[in-house]
Amino acid sequence: MHFLLRRAIFYLIAAWAAITTNFILPRLMPGGPVEAVMARHEGQLSDQAVNALHIAFGLDPNASMWSEYVEYWRNLFTGNLGLSFTYFPTPVSTVIAHALPWTLVLLGVVTLVEWILGTFAGIVVGWRRGTWVDAVLPLGAFLRGIPHFWMGLVIVTVFAVTLDWFPVSGGYSSDLLPNVSVPFVGSVLYHAVLPALAMVVGSLATHMLSMRNMMVTTLSEDYVLVAEAKGLHRRRVMLSYGARNAILPNVAGFALQLGFVVSGALLVEKVFSYPGIGYVLFQAVHNQDYPLLQGILLITTFTVLIASFLADLAFFALDPRTREA
Amino acid sequence: MAAEVTVTSSDVGLVSQGGARRRPRAPWLRSPKVVAGLGVAGFFILMGVFGPLIVPADPSATSAAVLQPPSLEHLLGTTATGEDVLSQVLAGARLSLVVGFTAAVVGEAIAILVGITAGYLGGLADEVLSLVTNVFLVIPVLPLQILIVTYLGDGGWLLLALVIALTTWSHGARRLRAQTLSIRQRDYVQAARAAGEPTWRTVGFEILPNVSAIVITSFVFHVTSAIVVQTGLAFLGLGNVSDWSWGSVLYWSDNSNAFLLGAWWWFVPPGLCLAFLGSGLALINLGIDEVINPRLRTGLKAARLFGRARAVGNEH
Repeated sequence: MHFLLRRAIFYLIAAWAAITTNFILPRLMPGGPVEAVMARHEGQLSDQAVNALHIAFGLDPNASMWSEYVEYWRNLFTGNLGLSFTYFPTPVSTVIAHALPWTLVLLGVVTLVEWILGTFAGIVVGWRRGTWVDAVLPLGAFLRGIPHFWMGLVIVTVFAVTLDWFPVSGGYSSDLLPNVSVPFVGSVLYHAVLPALAMVVGSLATHMLSMRNMMVTTLSEDYVLVAEAKGLHRRRVMLSYGARNAILPNVAGFALQLGFVVSGALLVEKVFSYPGIGYVLFQAVHNQDYPLLQGILLITTFTVLIASFLADLAFFALDPRTREA
Repeated sequence: MAAEVTVTSSDVGLVSQGGARRRPRAPWLRSPKVVAGLGVAGFFILMGVFGPLIVPADPSATSAAVLQPPSLEHLLGTTATGEDVLSQVLAGARLSLVVGFTAAVVGEAIAILVGITAGYLGGLADEVLSLVTNVFLVIPVLPLQILIVTYLGDGGWLLLALVIALTTWSHGARRLRAQTLSIRQRDYVQAARAAGEPTWRTVGFEILPNVSAIVITSFVFHVTSAIVVQTGLAFLGLGNVSDWSWGSVLYWSDNSNAFLLGAWWWFVPPGLCLAFLGSGLALINLGIDEVINPRLRTGLKAARLFGRARAVGNEH
């Protein structure tokens, strides 16, 4: 079957699984979802909140599970995810729509930067294996083990609180109005530096290590030896023979890392009170905002699925084997 | 499928090494990296076992000495309510480690079950199990874990470990499936099947021993990631944050804006413990990877074998 078609079908199934999990999870709660939430809040829920819960869970006392499921899908397609408790009576979809662009831009920049730098560093370290450069391996392993959000705490203490070079929190300066202007965009970039740095350090190390290992494995192939024996320029051997082939599994592995990267980003946003999904998620946890939590699970899953598909397109372009058959 | 093209370093190693000659049992125990990593991990395991017993003070006891930087009296300083940070870190090691190891044991058991079954049976069973594995790989785990934990409420450490295990087994399963697929075709497995050995025996005695390196490396990695997940969830205030773990120390420090107050001694120690434990475990994996895939080796011996000529060539 065509590579991209196979992948597309997989993503549709994955999306269906996420949506259905979201539908089933609240129903596995003892005593039913609304009762459980009511108990948690000791009956202190307004009628509107109860109504919001019914929409979020797709509950209808007079309907069968199946028709609830159909109704749930209908609500999804009209963008109706219920109302948020935290920002009551704002719909969940509005809350997410306001926060999502922040996370997407931050994550997009971070992913691009760390992937390019990490891959390049991996190529160089792999090429110079067996020399003093190998000393970066334990360092990389150390950086990889650090949770991104803790890195964020350290970075904010050093660069924002102590040195006062960057702002401590937020997504833009509070005396500016969000619009497309030079001062505002500049302020956004200025505020994004530290959260981005917190995420780049650890994930760069991860990519560097995996690229290095693939590079070393590739370089011991016979065709690399032949290329060297032919007297090809060293840079050509390193890039066209080594890196060109070593990069394939790294592109494929990229999609597998995305879930981790997104999870890390959500916690980093909380540290910096960055106005993205992570901050909203923290609010939702704090207020036991089930409709919002469910909406966040759906939207982050969709985001990762779309990003993985983009990685697949890159893989498709890079690996001729995917175009055969 | 992209996932099928990916071959990790250790997969390659085992493929090229499998042979008739019997290898010594656990050859990786001779790698200096593995020994160093085991030392670091052992230190933290001891901390988990004895930490709560040797605390200098009750970790939850408040005092008038608030936000004191490290001193002889409080080696790691005090919190905003005058609690001893060192005591909290020592006491918290146990919960962090117990959750991490339990989640890794259960998660790896699921990975072995799913991965080897898929790789060994092939066909429709493989299609279905691989699909489930890949779905779990691609769904962002943190929001899913948060949702489940929020619904379940505070169900204690065991429930938390099970939730982590159920949401993180897929990486191990994917690697084990790939390795089992390649081993299934080997002569000795074919021979065992032809001799009429029952499936459980073939899997248990022919397949399992030959994927042991992958089981170990992915278990070790699993421990780290499970502890990081537990820390992240506690940092967000999920579960019972009055039970001490490294994550709950971080939660309370963040709750009091420790970083705005410049109280680095409050949140640096638990994170550093996590990072050192993580790198110790990573070192074990690095060492095992090098033993089963000699091409990844570093240092003089490897340089002489594989990289020296090229490395020297670079200098000119």
